[in-house]
Amino acid sequence: MTSTATMAGAPPRKKVGSLERQNRWALRGSYAALSVFVVIFLVPPFYMIMTSLKSSAEISAQQGNPWIARDPTLENFAYLVSNDQFQRYFFNSVWVTALVVILSMTIAILAAFSLSRMGFKGSQVISTGVFLTYLVPPSLLFIPLFQIVGSLGLINNTWVLVLLFPTLAVPFCTWIMIGYFSSIPRELDEAALIDGASYPQILLKIFIPVALPGIIAATIFAFTVGWGAFLYPLAYLYSADQAVLTVGIVRELIRGDVFAWGTIMAACVMGAAPPIIIYTFLMDYYVAGLTAGATKG
Amino acid sequence: MADGTMVMGSGAATSPAPRRVGSLKKLGRRRATTALLLCAPLILLVISLKIYPTFYAVFLSLLDRKMNEFVGLDNYIFLLSRPSFQLVIFQSCLFALTAVMLKALIGFILAHLMHNIRGRNQRIWRGLLLVPWVIPLSLSTLTWWWLFDPSYSALNWTLEWLGFDPIPFLGTTWNARIAVIAVNTWFGAPFFMIMYLAALKSVPEQLYEAAAIDGASAWQKLIYITLPMMRNIILITVLYSLIVTFADFDIVRILTNGGPQDSTHLFATYAFTVGIQSGNIPRGASVSLFMLPVLATLAFFVLRDVLKRSKEIST
Repeated sequence: MTSTATMAGAPPRKKVGSLERQNRWALRGSYAALSVFVVIFLVPPFYMIMTSLKSSAEISAQQGNPWIARDPTLENFAYLVSNDQFQRYFFNSVWVTALVVILSMTIAILAAFSLSRMGFKGSQVISTGVFLTYLVPPSLLFIPLFQIVGSLGLINNTWVLVLLFPTLAVPFCTWIMIGYFSSIPRELDEAALIDGASYPQILLKIFIPVALPGIIAATIFAFTVGWGAFLYPLAYLYSADQAVLTVGIVRELIRGDVFAWGTIMAACVMGAAPPIIIYTFLMDYYVAGLTAGATKG
Repeated sequence: MADGTMVMGSGAATSPAPRRVGSLKKLGRRRATTALLLCAPLILLVISLKIYPTFYAVFLSLLDRKMNEFVGLDNYIFLLSRPSFQLVIFQSCLFALTAVMLKALIGFILAHLMHNIRGRNQRIWRGLLLVPWVIPLSLSTLTWWWLFDPSYSALNWTLEWLGFDPIPFLGTTWNARIAVIAVNTWFGAPFFMIMYLAALKSVPEQLYEAAAIDGASAWQKLIYITLPMMRNIILITVLYSLIVTFADFDIVRILTNGGPQDSTHLFATYAFTVGIQSGNIPRGASVSLFMLPVLATLAFFVLRDVLKRSKEIST
């Protein structure tokens, strides 16, 4: 009652105006503060690109403003594109990531379909267990896995990544897919079952199309893991021809005490480009997938 | 649709009732078998490459260096008595706690700033702020190293240009510690931002309107509405990030490789140095197993929260 009284007492127009002004100032303040953060956050990528455009002579001269390339050149990129070793890293990363994504998504989709819809004894336990294994970090397992991988004869063989990377991607992908599949109304697949559809048909014709945003999110996650993971390739691949991008750049391009930073940064730019391109187009799906599980309820 | 009902109809008409129940049971059994089969690759993967290695690590950690004699807890006792390992414990805790606190704080501020901006603009700003999190960590850490480079550091050039003394970023113990924490914060803050932003969006606008009518200040809105409504997500993001940060490897490995004087080693990088580089597999396994109690405790709380929430959703 009192609040309505004061509301009525105050001249309404002035109040609206000050609120608007207040909001405008809040907006300006937000933009200003965000600009500061964006500048800080983008320093490394900016410097990465700038260095990649410098010639070796310019870098080794160590003079003048390091933030700007005085005579931008693409020679570092040209060198890398024609460099056998770099081609090998890039190619290895591409096929490993492709296989990891396909494998992980297949395993995750099948399991999520079964766990979310075909509810059998122990499915709850399995979902919980899968989530729990997602919380087991690779740095806890890389030493016993070194022994296991060694006994399989896969040390220094790029295929070891195809075997191990799914362990990093599958639990979370399954978790995302369970969330998306569970949100599909049961009536939909019951109707299909009554119409005589088989489970593979239900999965292919209903679940996969309807849960496509979730599948995109999970695929991006699997891609990120396959493309960027560092510990396993560093621990299990030691020769240059078996290495993938991350390890190849960090280990092989830094040779002796002459650091060819222009080339290294150019390699980083090329290694960072595929994820950045993918995220530019599919960021919304990924963010939605990532936050869906956490914000529900 | 028509065919389906027709088939079903004719089936029900021709088969007598008891047989039908039997075939339903058979159908159910077949369904359970299919369900298990679909899960089999997942279960196989998790058991053989996650659960088995965990137990195998425990077994390995009880062996001597040549891995043919059982030495009990000697590896653990040896490690605990070493000052260099005590430093690893200290540094790991310092690194995880400080970095997660900073990430949560910056993520919270960023989420609030972003929340003020609506529509298309928000997407663009969010995209820009997510760049650190999108670049593969090993590659961006390499760039940070180049920024910190002692001979030609771009950051030091800027400091000198502004009239300050240059800083040996990776040269002294505390500088290096702060540097690895800073890089981790730079990388992880965007993740907190998107989680918190999603949480902020899920807070009903009416609550703020009601508070505004009651004359609540911005601070009061934050304390009495925003924080309680976001409590769950703040909690789960922090717990999850603690696990990941505690077990972090890439940044320290590339930026300092544990130096100077082993003062920035985390469990993961120390285990790598001991287990893979020096070839002492059992001791390396024991180093990484020291993480297990902490990770298990954190995982327990994450799991409790997740299960509680999924129960809430299903009911």
